[in-house]
Amino acid sequence: MEHKNWNGFKGETWKNEINVRDFIQTNYKEYTGDDSFLAGATERTQNLMKNIQGLFALERQFGGVLEIDTATVSSLTSYSPGYIDKDNEIIVGMQTNRPLKRGVCPFGGIRMARQACEAYGYKLSDKIEEEFHYRTTHNDGVFRAYTDEMRMARKCHVITGLPDAYGRGRIIGDYRRVALYGVDRLIEEKKKDKDALSGGTFDANQTRLDEELFQQIAFMGKLKEMAQMYGFDISKPAENAREAIQWTYFAYLGAIKEQNGAAMSLGRVSTFFDIYIERDIENGVLTEETAQELMDDFVMKLRIARHLRTPEYNELFGGDPMWITEAVGGMGEDGRTLVTKSSFRMLNTLYTLGSSPEPNLTILWSTALPENFKRFCAKVSADTDSIQYENDDIMRPHYGDDYAIACCVSAMKIGKQMQFFGARCNLAKLLLIAINGGYDTTSGMHIGPQMDVMDADKLDFDKVMERFDIYIQWLSRLYVNTMNIIHYMHDKYCYEKTQMALHDTDVERLMAFGIAGLSVVADSLSAIKFADVQPVKDSKGFIVDFNTVGDFPTYGNDDDRVDLIAKDMAHRVITELRKTPTYRDAVHTLSVLTITSNVMYGKNTGATPDGRKASAPFAPGANPMHNREKNGALASLNSVAKISYDDCRDGVSNTFSITPEALGKSEDERITNLVTILDGYFSKKAHHININVLNRETLMDAYENPEKYPNLTIRVSGYAVNFNKLSREQQREVISRTFHEAI
Amino acid sequence: MSDIKGRIHSFQSLGTVDGPGIRFVVFMQGCNLRCGCCHNPDTWEMSAGTEYTADEVLAKVLRFCEYFGDKGGITLSGGEPLLQSEFAHELFTLCHKNGINTCLDTSGSLLNYDVKKLLTETDRVLLDIKYADDESYRKYVGCSLARPLEFLAYLNEQNIPVTLRQVIIPTLNDNAESVIFLNELRKKYSGIDKTELLPFRKICQVKYDDMGIDFPFSHIPAADSEVIKKLEPLLTK
Repeated sequence: MEHKNWNGFKGETWKNEINVRDFIQTNYKEYTGDDSFLAGATERTQNLMKNIQGLFALERQFGGVLEIDTATVSSLTSYSPGYIDKDNEIIVGMQTNRPLKRGVCPFGGIRMARQACEAYGYKLSDKIEEEFHYRTTHNDGVFRAYTDEMRMARKCHVITGLPDAYGRGRIIGDYRRVALYGVDRLIEEKKKDKDALSGGTFDANQTRLDEELFQQIAFMGKLKEMAQMYGFDISKPAENAREAIQWTYFAYLGAIKEQNGAAMSLGRVSTFFDIYIERDIENGVLTEETAQELMDDFVMKLRIARHLRTPEYNELFGGDPMWITEAVGGMGEDGRTLVTKSSFRMLNTLYTLGSSPEPNLTILWSTALPENFKRFCAKVSADTDSIQYENDDIMRPHYGDDYAIACCVSAMKIGKQMQFFGARCNLAKLLLIAINGGYDTTSGMHIGPQMDVMDADKLDFDKVMERFDIYIQWLSRLYVNTMNIIHYMHDKYCYEKTQMALHDTDVERLMAFGIAGLSVVADSLSAIKFADVQPVKDSKGFIVDFNTVGDFPTYGNDDDRVDLIAKDMAHRVITELRKTPTYRDAVHTLSVLTITSNVMYGKNTGATPDGRKASAPFAPGANPMHNREKNGALASLNSVAKISYDDCRDGVSNTFSITPEALGKSEDERITNLVTILDGYFSKKAHHININVLNRETLMDAYENPEKYPNLTIRVSGYAVNFNKLSREQQREVISRTFHEAI
Repeated sequence: MSDIKGRIHSFQSLGTVDGPGIRFVVFMQGCNLRCGCCHNPDTWEMSAGTEYTADEVLAKVLRFCEYFGDKGGITLSGGEPLLQSEFAHELFTLCHKNGINTCLDTSGSLLNYDVKKLLTETDRVLLDIKYADDESYRKYVGCSLARPLEFLAYLNEQNIPVTLRQVIIPTLNDNAESVIFLNELRKKYSGIDKTELLPFRKICQVKYDDMGIDFPFSHIPAADSEVIKKLEPLLTK
């Protein structure tokens, strides 16, 4: 198959089948030089960005939500076209008909849509209320099927953050396919897949797939219509870089019009775009300045993407992030780097447009990356605190070289794998429930196997572990079953038609479970093992506190005695989870990630044997608990690096804050040292790290004087936030975290 | 291996200001001096700290090799590492066997047989020259200026690279004479390939308070970076 818009592109395989990776591999130009070629923002870009900054300020004044369209159900073609400044935009397309105006997506759950409208002084229109009176949402379906035990586990927060009230997210469409092939070709291939079913047996699985393919094809048609409304014909392949970016953006835009999933990640587009940009530069169509302008305009669109959330949601996640994660860099399977000039251009948007939490720029780090790129990343980190790093060298063997990151740390092959997002269970709380024989002291609920409260003056490590195992087995089975219901219902009532059309029909599914409170559990078990932990009971005979006497090793000091407990906990949990089969035969995966909800998890958890007080925050993700690190930053990194990626294939998140002085005396030294630290950390097979290079004083000043720091961006978990959007409590927690300081 | 043990105050796994590249810093316990500007009073007492064998310390260092890059390695600081030269020598010998760069952060107030032996396994010395005159040295440090100068001459003779350091303390040595003195040393000794002027800081006050002893320089203000910028051009060599 040939198309004139492919002129100059090499290779055959990708022409004969849907295969973006092959297109990239046969056509991209690796770049090993430095950042000196980069252009700054054009006047047009600056003016448009000023316009957007004005809208952001207005949005803040309106309490976080500028405007809501309460009368329209968000979908691909339900709004007339919207613009920021029509004549000056190079890439176009809005979620609704105006920038920052939010639409409602009731298919995941109408209750949440209704509550969100009301929280901001709006009322969901009678028309939508009426329509959905006769419809079943994902949320309705889930609650029809939940067992009493699932409801209880949810209510006492031992399993929490479940995607049962709105879109599940964490699915990445291969949005590049629209640019490379045009929609018509994609429809044609999907039709072939649908036809191929006719010889098979129409059991439940095949019938479901058949209907899904119908929906995918229908929504590809809608995507074409949506683009047509903006004056573009995306039925054919993109002709140049501007079209390639525009087509890709349209595909992403279609996805976020249809779905309000928590994480709506972008994928890995920079190097794909680079092929078109380089062709245009060669043909004299683009200059470096206009190439950067295209990237800037695209990124501006991503920065104004919004979903309607409730204030409680915003409080939990620190603003209303969409985790528009773009994976940048990495190495190819043939040993060439996938870094191109456009990898630099993507990072350069943090200078041309200023620092920002979105898109969530994620460096796929390999020790083999070109030195110049490594140094540029380190510089961007030190300057903007806006990027995160994930270990390409441990992910590539599992996911190949065309994978991306959904949300914060979830790797998946683009267009070939999707994820059933599974939130997380609170392991520290489970430990307390186990010790209390199936009683949760914070909610006052009896849950899980019912046994005696552990009765001893001093907790015995072996007995606690024996008990804990029983509860881990119980919870794991409940957790998988709960997830199975959620995803069955989401597929049934809120299927991602646009995104799944941009996947291979024969897609591999991952089911991503998570644990919170790992460091609290590790330190608590270490206390039980190495010190004397005396339970303190309340008048009803339940253990509500502990007297811990003596020293015990704490996680975060590169001390195997406790680090291996942490590693083992992750291993036990995933091993138990694997024993219960999943919906659609998804592969069980596990993450150690809390997003910003470590504050909330802590609030819902009683005092723990490690000395943590009741309600005190957990450390985020796989981080050691605050201020228990006694041997400096690298010892802390070494501890985290011991958590095995084989056990935690959905990611192990670590957030690292260091003062500029502790990183080195000059800018050059700081960059060199940061690169060396990243190389060291990742060569120890660690998975993820957020880097913040800043002083605690800056944060304290921002806490007191938010108006002085409207754009202060910091990395908090697998993503970045605007510091001002964090709740006061979260801000205090971030300030209290360990800052590695100069000695 | 011998059973010599070192008394160690603490470890810092990420040192970026005590020698080239990223350093694993071992703070030795015990010091023979009592510098008024000392920021580690908790390392003075000879009998405190925890005992380790050189092998035990090496095992710790080896966990951080991946972070050393081409320039990093181990730095012995303190306290005064020269007081435990035998142990330090053994540790450095082990480090060298494992390809780890060694660095010594010292006041240079001792030069005996064991110290000379230690220096044969030392890749770089970070030498503090605290004041330019003998009177200040005796008053604020507790030894003569001749001691570190003799030490420096010996390092030069042995071709050991030296980073010269001085903490700039307002009213005491934040003057041209003091920095010119350092510059003269740079001219005299080719082994000095780096000189650092460090601003006097007072974050150590809490340590003194915790220990219930007076911080001798508590009345002196911290040095601001402007002073350092003004003095640095005097390092002309």
